[in-house]
Amino acid sequence: MASETSEQTENETRITDVAIVGAGPAGMTAALYVARAGYRATVLEAYVPGGQLTTIDELENYPGFFGGVNGFDIASSMQKQAERFGVQFMYAQAKSLERYSDRNLFEITTNDEPLWARSVIIASGAKPLKLPQIDSDKLEGKGLSYCATCDGNFYRGKDVMIVGGGDSAITEAIYLSRICRKVYLVHRREDFRAHFWVVERVKHLPNVEIFWNNEVQNVITNDSERIEAVTVRNSKTGEEHTLEVEGLFIAIGAKPESEWAKDAVELDKFGYVKSHDECHTSLKGVFVAGDVRTTPLRQVVTATADGALAAEAAVAYLSE
Amino acid sequence: MAEQLTEEQFQTKVLGASEPVMVDFFATWCGPCKMLAPVLEEVASEVAGKASVYKVDIDREIELAQAYNVQSVPTLIVFKDGQPVQQMVGVQPKQVLVNALS
Repeated sequence: MASETSEQTENETRITDVAIVGAGPAGMTAALYVARAGYRATVLEAYVPGGQLTTIDELENYPGFFGGVNGFDIASSMQKQAERFGVQFMYAQAKSLERYSDRNLFEITTNDEPLWARSVIIASGAKPLKLPQIDSDKLEGKGLSYCATCDGNFYRGKDVMIVGGGDSAITEAIYLSRICRKVYLVHRREDFRAHFWVVERVKHLPNVEIFWNNEVQNVITNDSERIEAVTVRNSKTGEEHTLEVEGLFIAIGAKPESEWAKDAVELDKFGYVKSHDECHTSLKGVFVAGDVRTTPLRQVVTATADGALAAEAAVAYLSE
Repeated sequence: MAEQLTEEQFQTKVLGASEPVMVDFFATWCGPCKMLAPVLEEVASEVAGKASVYKVDIDREIELAQAYNVQSVPTLIVFKDGQPVQQMVGVQPKQVLVNALS
């Protein structure tokens, strides 16, 4: 029947070759490679292109940028590069992933229109972990922040605290030390996980004071519910300090954004998408790239490399 | 286009508006804010005729930012009948923004 055919055609046009979930460095690189291989690539992004990359002030370990590069600059350049080769960006949050067994087709439902694709690359990344012992929702925008490069300027000349011990925490402490009067760096262990080079630098900054083996106990707010002090406790000695700070920055790691795909692919106990042979998942036709997968290293350079590998695998699958 | 407002324009276009208005308090040095711009444009065209979207540069309009206690960028505030009714900190999914204006 004529009406059926036109309906079918309408739906068919909304089928992409490869749906890439997440527009961070992994997803945008995957899209670039898929498009350059001559296939239709659609990137689904819940928030903004760039993902965690947009919050990096100076990316110093991405090869080719001798003087470092700003995270936003490289993210926006990656987006333009992908768009140049015809990649489509769609702003919606993925809610579920399902495979139609009778046709080789996947459906991704979102908080908006669904997306159909012949292959899927999961590149949904990770989001910052919250400190469980404080009321984060209430304190956000009142002194609590997960992005030093976004919010550091509000604390110019003031005292702040940053919690964490990885690369993000240390580089953000260095960034804040240039803006703020005093930076308290609070870490629950005795040494940092961060790379040697940044650790050496932070240790020599005169306005950064490091509290090893310390954990946040309590946040004290003023009448307008803004942060005015934070109490930390040394887990070895039991000693407590109440430090007057207006800003509290959290960089204690990230949580994979994989909830939406959990019924389709296998996850490990932390929620990372299990990957084998680099970028293959437990479901045929679905690939994974970047921070969301089980991998020993989560950096911009590994994300982009993953993106290229996943794209190559998706293209090979489509040409089977 | 999500127009950028001065304090004077804010008085009429936001506080004097009869339709719901979303204001993006942003900074030129904030990466996520810059990446949010094209998403806001999509929101603006989707709600066109029923609601408006504007932007305020917190470094140019310091008093406005202080008046609304902006301590984090981007901060998105929804105004209805001149009153702030909802405040969101950080980037948000497009549909969340569209829904906030309906």
